[in-house]
Amino acid sequence: MTLSAIDWIIMLVYFVFVLGIGFMLRRYMKTSTDFFLSGRSIPAWITGLAFLSANLGAQEVIGMAASGAKYGIATSHFYWVGAIPAMVFVGVFMMPFYYGSRARSVPEYLKLRFDEKTRGLNAISFATMTIFSSGISMYAMGLLLQTLLGWDFNFSVLVSAVIVLIYIFLGGLTSAIYNEVLQFFLIVLGFLPLVFLGLKDAGGWAGLQTRLGVVATQHGFGTGAWSNSWKYMGSAASNPMGVEWFGMVMGLGFVLSFGYWCTDFLVVQRAMAANSMSAARRTPLIAAVPKMFFPFLVILPGMIAIALTYQAGGSGFALPAKPDGSLNYDMVIPLMLGHYFPSGLLGVGLTALMASFMSGMAGNVTAFNTVWTYDIYQSYIKPGASDRHYLMMGRMATVFGIAVSVAAAYVATRFNNIMDMLQLVFAFVNAPLFATFLLGMFWKRATGHGAFLGLLSGMLAAAIHHATTLPAGAVAGVKGGWFGALHTYRSEMAQNFWMAIFAWTTCFVVTILVSLATRPREEKELAGLVYSLTERPTEEHLSWYQRPAILGAIVLLMTLALNIIFW
Amino acid sequence: MGLDIRLPIGAMFTVFGLLLVIYGAVSDKSIYQRSLGMNVNLEWGAALLIFGVVMLLLARRSASAAKADESEHDSNRGH
Repeated sequence: MTLSAIDWIIMLVYFVFVLGIGFMLRRYMKTSTDFFLSGRSIPAWITGLAFLSANLGAQEVIGMAASGAKYGIATSHFYWVGAIPAMVFVGVFMMPFYYGSRARSVPEYLKLRFDEKTRGLNAISFATMTIFSSGISMYAMGLLLQTLLGWDFNFSVLVSAVIVLIYIFLGGLTSAIYNEVLQFFLIVLGFLPLVFLGLKDAGGWAGLQTRLGVVATQHGFGTGAWSNSWKYMGSAASNPMGVEWFGMVMGLGFVLSFGYWCTDFLVVQRAMAANSMSAARRTPLIAAVPKMFFPFLVILPGMIAIALTYQAGGSGFALPAKPDGSLNYDMVIPLMLGHYFPSGLLGVGLTALMASFMSGMAGNVTAFNTVWTYDIYQSYIKPGASDRHYLMMGRMATVFGIAVSVAAAYVATRFNNIMDMLQLVFAFVNAPLFATFLLGMFWKRATGHGAFLGLLSGMLAAAIHHATTLPAGAVAGVKGGWFGALHTYRSEMAQNFWMAIFAWTTCFVVTILVSLATRPREEKELAGLVYSLTERPTEEHLSWYQRPAILGAIVLLMTLALNIIFW
Repeated sequence: MGLDIRLPIGAMFTVFGLLLVIYGAVSDKSIYQRSLGMNVNLEWGAALLIFGVVMLLLARRSASAAKADESEHDSNRGH
């Protein structure tokens, strides 16, 4: 792929605006609250789009398009089952505790509700995780730009790191949020023409369905396996994902999705920056509306790519094969951009792709500097310093966090397995977390010892499950089965979903048992932290379209309609 | 907080739109074979331009509304 001057100019304009936002916000960063929480002053539509965009890293854009090609429209379960219900839940039920308790981070909520050790466990594992995720994001971008445009890996990594560093250093969370909103529009407006052109080339939705029928029958599935989201979910053998509906709904829809959207500080931090309780509650609900349509933007290109690749006689577009003969699904978006976009629009498309990498990094970095400064530095290293000092520490943590991410990106170039191992460990850490929050927020009897031991045993359950199962066709190692495979799943996805179910259930049960055996906290200490001991936020003064419960119901109905249309 | 986000968004897409429209008008038509014969630079550039201008107008309208509020507030205080 070769770039013309116009493409370079467009990229340059984008970087000027990104940095410009940082410089313009610099003078507003006076206290640590401004820097880490945007002074809790941002309107709901902005925090809502940032909530969505912080999650819209490149792994999502590249990965969801790849899954669209590999599994077809069933990938939309990651949105319609695996995101929207959890987003509604966090907005309607959980935000009152996050925002109302005035906790400055998710680990800090755990400290208020439970105790120091539960916070420490969560803060340290979360901080490590964000740094490595940001490093992986950088690595993926460097690798992509190298294969696509022949750019030097070092150059791509360093330039993106420096740009993200400058705008967060100057403008803190506000800068990250504003840039995320800018990136949101860029990604949507940059990829829409791609979907349009690809769909036109494939003969519209009807033509695409026919072509996907060929793909499905060639893989030995029913004709609609790539173009129906639910019809083939009855058993794991009848769909390309290799998952049956129960494992999918419970593992993905309940444990993994609620664990991510309801407890991950990366997204929750955006809602905490909102200017009022009702704005904080509306943040995930506003995010849910574009989220439910994202499958059309990121999954559809994958489906188009696979359909054109399998088209008899060739269509001029085909996915390349990897050395082992399987298709390289990760190249869907970059290759389609190069195939359909002429110079000019190509610049916009590539800029959108880069924006998605950078928003993924920036989201991790802002979450890291907050958790580091408030939950680790202020709690364990230097308590009681001036606010100025913590503001300075936040800026230092930004520099430090990005430096370590860059190092992690280089580690990934040498030892790909180390990254796989780390992601696995994060999966162990995250899977049980939602049980802790659910019990913490809705059961006043849950105790600190219960939460801590529940979390530990949940992680252990995840590790044991992983050690004793294998996905089909894999050898023991990073993929699991290091203690011998007692059970073989049809796919890695099925293994993941069931690991989450085991971890969650273990954490849930152990937390309850230990809590019942330990001394509960005084009820008056828990006001504002637990559902039954907290006054409901009043909604009477709000118009109907501002009320979280009504908005949540509308969002769920729309999602239900999408599921039925693409059943 | 201080800066209205619609200003930079509007400005950036206005610039993108203008660049694409101009490039679409002067570029060699043969490059549009890959986009199925459509001059997507011209057409999508126009769409981006409209989006950018609308964002700028919204930002301007709310800025002038805020100013009107303020001056009304001031005159009330004057009485």
